Amino acid sequence: MTFGFKNRKPSRRQFLSGAAAVGAGAVAAGTARAGDPLITEVQYWAQGFGEGVDATPYGLPIEYESDVIRRNVEWLTADTISSINFTPIHALDGTITPQGCAFERHHSGAIDLRKEDYRLMINGLVDTPLVFTYADLERFPRENHVYFCECAANTGMEWAGAQLNGAQFTHGMIHNMEYTGVPLRTILEEAGLNAAGDLSDKWVYVEGADASSNGRSIPMEKALDDVLVAFKANGEALRMEHGYPVRLVVPGWEGNMWVKWLRRVEVSDAPVESREETSKYTDTLANGISRKWTWEMDAKSVVTSPSPQSPITHGKGPLVISGLAWSGRGAITRVDVSKDGGKTWETARLAKPGERMALTRFYLDTDWDGEEMLLQSRAMDETGYVQPTKAQLREVRGLNSIYHNNCIQTWWVKASGEAENVEVS
Amino acid sequence: MSKYRKLLAGMAIAVTLATGPVAADKFGLGRPALPEEVAAWDLDVRPDGTGLPEGSGDVWTGDELFGEYCAVCHGDFAEGIDNWPKLAGGMGTLDHEDPLKTVGSYWPYLSTTWDYVNRSMPFGNAQSLTTDEVYAIVAYILYSNNLVDEDFVLSNETFPDVEMPNADGFIIDDRKTAEAHFVTEPCMANCKESVEITMRARVLDVTPETQ
Repeated sequence: MTFGFKNRKPSRRQFLSGAAAVGAGAVAAGTARAGDPLITEVQYWAQGFGEGVDATPYGLPIEYESDVIRRNVEWLTADTISSINFTPIHALDGTITPQGCAFERHHSGAIDLRKEDYRLMINGLVDTPLVFTYADLERFPRENHVYFCECAANTGMEWAGAQLNGAQFTHGMIHNMEYTGVPLRTILEEAGLNAAGDLSDKWVYVEGADASSNGRSIPMEKALDDVLVAFKANGEALRMEHGYPVRLVVPGWEGNMWVKWLRRVEVSDAPVESREETSKYTDTLANGISRKWTWEMDAKSVVTSPSPQSPITHGKGPLVISGLAWSGRGAITRVDVSKDGGKTWETARLAKPGERMALTRFYLDTDWDGEEMLLQSRAMDETGYVQPTKAQLREVRGLNSIYHNNCIQTWWVKASGEAENVEVS
Repeated sequence: MSKYRKLLAGMAIAVTLATGPVAADKFGLGRPALPEEVAAWDLDVRPDGTGLPEGSGDVWTGDELFGEYCAVCHGDFAEGIDNWPKLAGGMGTLDHEDPLKTVGSYWPYLSTTWDYVNRSMPFGNAQSLTTDEVYAIVAYILYSNNLVDEDFVLSNETFPDVEMPNADGFIIDDRKTAEAHFVTEPCMANCKESVEITMRARVLDVTPETQ
């Protein structure tokens, strides 16, 4: 007779010894007066079988991690069809975001589009307007790159003050994946750009197959530089919610331009000035004038742990302070951490040297004295740009910008280990 | 615009030098797009009206259509219901706390409204309106914003006559100059005298429950 993991049945022996009570082991681990039963008693997982292969043909996280999921803030939008949710960055480590918990932003819902039904049209000022199938795209030479995708509205709810109590909600409109795709340049050259003449003042207009279209104008210089027509992320097909089968990847630039279900690229001599680049994704300053074409994402960072959803539970002593940093203008070169609300700073350790337009993980391995902290992080990128405070940003932009809030974030970590989103002077 | 053009030109030269001229070998993939295919998908309309099809619609027809297709979210008078977008009002609020951004108060180009209604509305039934219906609905949105008279007829010919109040309300991204002071040597010690907590998220209490 054997016992599988599935039902977590205690063995007869455990049952008789009384060690099967939930949590019995956890209590003993710290005190070790009579020996930890998780060690001294034979556990069912050490005796019977676990699940066989194929029990889950496509694996999901174990049930104990079921709280590490995307979450929505219902009051932000009228309906989930045109809405956004947030990556659980407080519970992740490393830099690659698993697709299954990477934030979603739809303007007309995530559509179900089969590869067989997929078409990509290149038209406008090209030598030969072309139509490609998905299979055609797979025959172009392709590249792999890791890039972050951040919604321009990430941290947007925090302009007027500390609002949302968790890194997932203040900074979770971001993900970071390894993309496989064809440079847009290759596809434009296949259609031929002689008809466009001087490329220095030309644009491409990119749009999706969904009802929203989400059309955006991109200067030709960027289109020919590093934009990818991507069909894989983290090694597997894109998820429906991220644009399956094909999305645009626009490194370092606001997520709204990363058009999903990409169906058309038009070469033109002027921007379209679509809804998404006039009425939205423009940044209104205090004097009522608005910035447009604010494509690049400024250097930014956040401590992901400890944070409101990831409190310190172990008391004083060794503590790993960890977070993420990124810049749309290149690589992160340094991250500083302050425990006193910005009076003094110490330089954190980067897990790996920063990579251009990709998330960088930082750690500050510290010894916590158990006193409260006002925890902040401050990123620097290869251009020498230093992540500003919210006060510095407000000085230039006022309170109504909505987008591109890259301010330094403060978590008030209390003696209890709990943390809260606060603003400091 | 002129400043931006110069910037683009400079960058384009750099790209060309780095990667060679744009006249690469072709792979012979894909097939020519047929004219009717391009016509079916190339629907976008530019600020100068390029891309507008022939047609027209008047305010009162637009009023009826708006009531039928749009008012459920945007309200009978384009004033918006609940969290759905308000399309009218908000004039003169852009420099206020919480500005009201509508087609009338904020959108710089009429083409954007026509393009979006034509391509993406009504919500849940996009591309179901006829060309004349789109003209009529856009005419009604303009009327709701007091931008045209009640007898106005919007057409591809009257389109250039409409002036959008916030047409001059935009500047091109100036972060490189306006925020040049963020490129600096960061302070490491004695950066400020004292630190006070000035605002707390928990007091506001608008965070969803996650447990």
